[in-house]
Amino acid sequence: MTPKLVLIGLVAGLFSTIFGVGGGIVLVPLLILLAGFDTRPATATSLAAIGITALAGTILYAFEGHVDVAYAALVGLPAAAGAVAGTSLQQRVSSRALTLAFAFLLLVVAVWMLAG
Amino acid sequence: MSVGLVAFALVLGFAAGVLAGSFGVGGGILFVPTLVVLGLSQLDAEATSLLAILPTVLAGTWRQRSYGNVDWPAAALLGVASIAGAVAGVQVATSLSEDVLRRLFALLLLAVAAQLAWRCRRPSPYPSGP
Repeated sequence: MTPKLVLIGLVAGLFSTIFGVGGGIVLVPLLILLAGFDTRPATATSLAAIGITALAGTILYAFEGHVDVAYAALVGLPAAAGAVAGTSLQQRVSSRALTLAFAFLLLVVAVWMLAG
Repeated sequence: MSVGLVAFALVLGFAAGVLAGSFGVGGGILFVPTLVVLGLSQLDAEATSLLAILPTVLAGTWRQRSYGNVDWPAAALLGVASIAGAVAGVQVATSLSEDVLRRLFALLLLAVAAQLAWRCRRPSPYPSGP
């Protein structure tokens, strides 16, 4: 188990700083497919691991002067409130419709970034 | 920064958190484009996104913990191992041009969009959320 977790962690860390994301996108599927986690523990465990990864990435980038603290607070603090709201919202809203809407939003943003 | 842009950042930030809470896909994927719209370069947006992720993760982990789902030894091992990957990733990201970095990010968005759409086809191959 340990070597697998180390490998998954390495990949997630690489992913995290190249893309500026937490790494949950790769952590959750890898924990399920490679490490035999069930879905809920995989999501919860990846969230905790992301905390360490994002902190490391922030420190590394801050040394090179790439981190803007004010902008991070501007999007990060409302997001924390949104995350709490999101977990309770999840019980009520059709997750299929929400998931498709989210996928479509990402598609639009991707096209915008490729065009820009 | 204009009032409109601040409002835009607050709304998008909140939305990113809702999505993170609902899908277990972090806020970073929306933070980065939002920060680019606000005027940061792709690299600065990615670096700043990592800091913005921290409050969301803290809130999410705190709520998860009450379900007792977190495997803490595994999370610690994953997190520590990820530091080495993060060091390498910073080297890669800082050596790439803004253009290449932005295009790579767009490809990541497409991949995640496809993954989300795929989730809708079958009954919960991936978690529906934390």
